Amino acid sequence: MKFQLIGVNHNTAPVEVRERLAIPESRLPEACKKLGAHPGIEEGMILSTCNRVEVIAHSKNGSVDLRGFLRDYFQIDPNEFEKHLYEYREQDAVRHVFRVASSLDSMVVGEPQILGQVKEAYATARAVGTVRAQLDQLLTRAFAVAKRVRTETSVGSSAVSVASVAVELAKKIFGNLHGKQVFLVGAGKMSELAARHLMAHGCASIFVANRTYDRAIRLAQKFNGQAIEFSRLYETCDRGDIVITSTGSPHAIFRREHGEMFLSRRKNRPMFFIDIAVPRDVDPGMNKLDGIFVYDIDDLQQAVSAHVADRKKEAERAEAIINSEVERFQARIQTLDVVPTIVSLQDHLETIRQAEIDRVRGRLGEMTPDQELAVEALTRGIVNKIMHTPISTLKTAARDAEATTVIDLVRRLFNLQDKKAAKSGGDSGSDN
Amino acid sequence: MSILWLRVALGCYAVGLIYALVALNRTSDLFSRIAIHAASLGMVFHFVSLAEAVLLSGQITLASVHNSESLLAFLIMTVFMIVYFIYQTTSPGIVVFPVVFLLTFIAATGQQPFLLTSSGLRTGWLFAHIALIFTGYAALVLSFGASLLYLIQESSLKSKNPGRIFTRLPALQVIDEIGYRSLLLGFPFMTLGLIAGSVVAEAKFGRVDFLDPKVFLSVLMWAVYLIMVYTRWNAGWRGRRAAILASFAFVAAIVAWAANYFSGIHRFVAS
Repeated sequence: MKFQLIGVNHNTAPVEVRERLAIPESRLPEACKKLGAHPGIEEGMILSTCNRVEVIAHSKNGSVDLRGFLRDYFQIDPNEFEKHLYEYREQDAVRHVFRVASSLDSMVVGEPQILGQVKEAYATARAVGTVRAQLDQLLTRAFAVAKRVRTETSVGSSAVSVASVAVELAKKIFGNLHGKQVFLVGAGKMSELAARHLMAHGCASIFVANRTYDRAIRLAQKFNGQAIEFSRLYETCDRGDIVITSTGSPHAIFRREHGEMFLSRRKNRPMFFIDIAVPRDVDPGMNKLDGIFVYDIDDLQQAVSAHVADRKKEAERAEAIINSEVERFQARIQTLDVVPTIVSLQDHLETIRQAEIDRVRGRLGEMTPDQELAVEALTRGIVNKIMHTPISTLKTAARDAEATTVIDLVRRLFNLQDKKAAKSGGDSGSDN
Repeated sequence: MSILWLRVALGCYAVGLIYALVALNRTSDLFSRIAIHAASLGMVFHFVSLAEAVLLSGQITLASVHNSESLLAFLIMTVFMIVYFIYQTTSPGIVVFPVVFLLTFIAATGQQPFLLTSSGLRTGWLFAHIALIFTGYAALVLSFGASLLYLIQESSLKSKNPGRIFTRLPALQVIDEIGYRSLLLGFPFMTLGLIAGSVVAEAKFGRVDFLDPKVFLSVLMWAVYLIMVYTRWNAGWRGRRAAILASFAFVAAIVAWAANYFSGIHRFVAS
């Protein structure tokens, strides 16, 4: 059983290349069917997302011409793409599939969407019948590995951009962001980005105050929000639960007394100030007030770099998990191979037969060649009849995922030694 | 038998107690799931124990001092479970489990209970008094727990260097809501419980002696409670100020509880 994988991703190929190879969801089933019909391929599936296009295949000999499939399907010259393509075989292909599903190969390591995308690709290929026993095993294992990586490491659990850290903090303060108001003071690009993030997480509406009123109106329109004249800043600012400041003011706009005023108007409901201006717009003394939380750009960046460092460390742990899982998978695949078991079953019964004949030979005395032949035929016949069912059961079992159970059972029933299986298992019973 | 069930329940709560200690510096989803299951199991045994005590004494007022501690612990757990089902968080357990464990421990290891004199005197009122006051106490404990968690979460947000507990606690506003809701829930119970108590006292002594330590402290506790609800409702006091008030009310409640031993009218001893 040989796995093989070819593809491009965000590291190897620019978007112009990726978009030429991308397959829209609607055409994926048909593409899978074509892949399954490609000469030599027994099973196959295609993963196509905005960051990667990968073709995964299983074949008897493990050296199918996947480039040929790309050429036929996309009507392209694969040589043109050669420098963007990567190809993995067997163990490396298994490792790559595990890494992709666990989001270690993603642009943002640990982002959670990729697992869902792999699952969809798998379901599509399964529905058209190009994923059967072998790929099914690989992918099922990959999902389990991804789950293990997610629960045993915290690779996906921290925010790694200033905007997402801001959202994370806002959630720690307000819980659900639904219905929360965002107040932008100053209409910078970065505050716009942060606001967009907050809105995406459910914030209800937005106010924009800017010294140039026109810009405030323009930005407010983008978000369907409300522009506020700068002179009315202090009157209205308490309406914002989350205040993002980014003005070019040389000294602090918000000082302690403003904070106290806002709090008393808000009946002490908490306020979150995100200050991305340099020099700072919010006096650090504000953070001392009960219910006001001030994060400046340094605080946010510090959180980001702490998270990035965490993720790196966690990603290393995740790689170690993947390595051990690849080994386990490989070992499992080998035990799935029924040939060694059949061989040792045959050997075992043959030894018994020989031993029994030797034992009775003394009692029977000299036998004529005819008698000799008859005894030989009789015993062989019995042994073969006994072996017939276990062997055919093993062969059927090899085709589905229950093989390990059956192999295990046969080994225990006949008390077969593991040694032999391990020895011949390494090269898939080629000593047969 | 009742005491046996109570001790089994105590064992279950001990798991919760360990969780509370561990949760302070480690996070583990698995452990919090174990703790919540152990606590639910504990509640079942606890309920059996309480029910049996009532059946044995043959009267619903029961109210030996140890049974009442046991009842209080049970009610606190009930409020905790309600919070768990609404907010899906076991964090208040950090405070609740030790309190419940302590109460159950006292109840489970104490001497033979001595009975309250209820000799036919308005048993219904007496029962109402106990049940209402205890529900009030339970809500107060939970509210106190929530305000401690609020302080922890607030200071970790302000320090900008969130420790591990940060990732585990619910959002500040959720903790705040838990605290406020339990406060609101507890207040009517506490008020009605005190009214019921004075009805019983009137019937027994003809008047309510406000200089009696039990009565005085209970009224004080109620007043602090009222102030808490009022400041929260009117000025939105939360965070440090609310926590200080909550601790004050909590201490007052404990002292009022302890005053049973000094009070002339609120004795559990049969006269």
